[in-house]
Amino acid sequence: MKNKRTELIVSAISNGTVIDHIEVGNTFRVFKILGLENTKHQVYFGTNLSSSKYGKKGIIKISDKFFEDEDISKVALVAPSATLIEIRDYEVVRKENIKLPQTIEKTVKCFNPKCVTNNQQVPTRFKVITDHHGSMKLWCHYCEKTMDKGSIEFL
Amino acid sequence: MSNIKGKSLISITDYSKEDILHILDIAEGFEKDQRQKLLDQYVIASLFFEPSTRTRLSFESAVQYMGGSIIGFASADTSSVRKGESLKDTILTVSNYSDLIVMRNPLDGSARYASEVASVPIINAGDGANQHPTQCLLDLYSIRKTQGTLENINIALVGDLKYGRTVHSLVQALTLFNATFHLVSPESLKLPSSVKKWILDANLKYHQYIDFKSVINEMDIIYMTRIQGERFPDPLEYEKVKNSFILDNSMLEDSKPNLRILHPLPRVNEISEDVDDNPKAYYFQQARNGVYVRQALIAAILGLK
Repeated sequence: MKNKRTELIVSAISNGTVIDHIEVGNTFRVFKILGLENTKHQVYFGTNLSSSKYGKKGIIKISDKFFEDEDISKVALVAPSATLIEIRDYEVVRKENIKLPQTIEKTVKCFNPKCVTNNQQVPTRFKVITDHHGSMKLWCHYCEKTMDKGSIEFL
Repeated sequence: MSNIKGKSLISITDYSKEDILHILDIAEGFEKDQRQKLLDQYVIASLFFEPSTRTRLSFESAVQYMGGSIIGFASADTSSVRKGESLKDTILTVSNYSDLIVMRNPLDGSARYASEVASVPIINAGDGANQHPTQCLLDLYSIRKTQGTLENINIALVGDLKYGRTVHSLVQALTLFNATFHLVSPESLKLPSSVKKWILDANLKYHQYIDFKSVINEMDIIYMTRIQGERFPDPLEYEKVKNSFILDNSMLEDSKPNLRILHPLPRVNEISEDVDDNPKAYYFQQARNGVYVRQALIAAILGLK
């Protein structure tokens, strides 16, 4: 569970979704991936909060909003250690680590300027792979190029 | 074979070892009897959005030897692409007019996309810097024909191993046949680690060299490629290495009797013309094998073989 200090800094919500343990620096990227820039829901967020587990972390709380698993899994692209918490009537009804999906569709831009997806109206599609160092990479289904995490740009 | 019939060929990795050997077996039949009129009632579309000599002509020759008809274009300038038509619309339209589409397009991944929208099979004749699977099949055919087998060969890949798509596909395919890879290139044009991973994942070995001469005498196949000056960020670096990867006839003196020199062509100066008359030079026969292999592929995909 979140430590007390975090609770005090970022307001509790009665119903909705909390994305906790976001890597510092990626809070706004998660914000964007979840399409929160134009949401009508109440959103609270904090970054550089103290965390007993990670030292520093980011957190986002969205009132009265529950996401599809497919949408939530995209968060793991930039925040692999993030936790998903769903709250209903002040009770935690779901708490789990966000897992990477096997494929990512229509979310990320291919880094290869010559890829067909950057030149024709073709939705992007990537396979999520792990290299021999254990790093997550995206393999483009079309141009077959492998993209590092650092090159990820969201559509 | 049902694995191949009706299916597009986009990347060499679309095919299993059995699929590859099946195509090579059929190609042997076409080498013995090239004028099998299997395509009497068929129309093949040849869509070349960028220029090509060998690939386009060998496909068209393959179709014509089999008695088929060809429609298409040899450059984007003579198609509706010039009017701004999307690739999807071109492919959907041409699907209505043909039984199979052979396509070359400068965009990476264009062939995979075309295969997803087309109602007929697509053969990828090169999609940008990505894949060129029919070149790979003709390389494999040439290796098997000259060595009697594809298994356990020692192959030296020489030149631009970083950007050369034919090299990448060939490495991927030869990992199915227990090859040992000898990689000869300038420091800045080494085989990418993503391709080396294929070798390691197959529990096979590779050795890297910058000195070409030291590897020649142990090889069964030397696969030469062109080093392009524009690949070097520093022109001085190109000047330094450009002559280190040229094969001349004197270098072959102590090579193995079964050695054959392959090259996807076009060549510039990386193989001296004095090699051409050496019986170990095989690159022009290699280009001829492209017709048999493409005949085999078209026949197999249309379910005629």
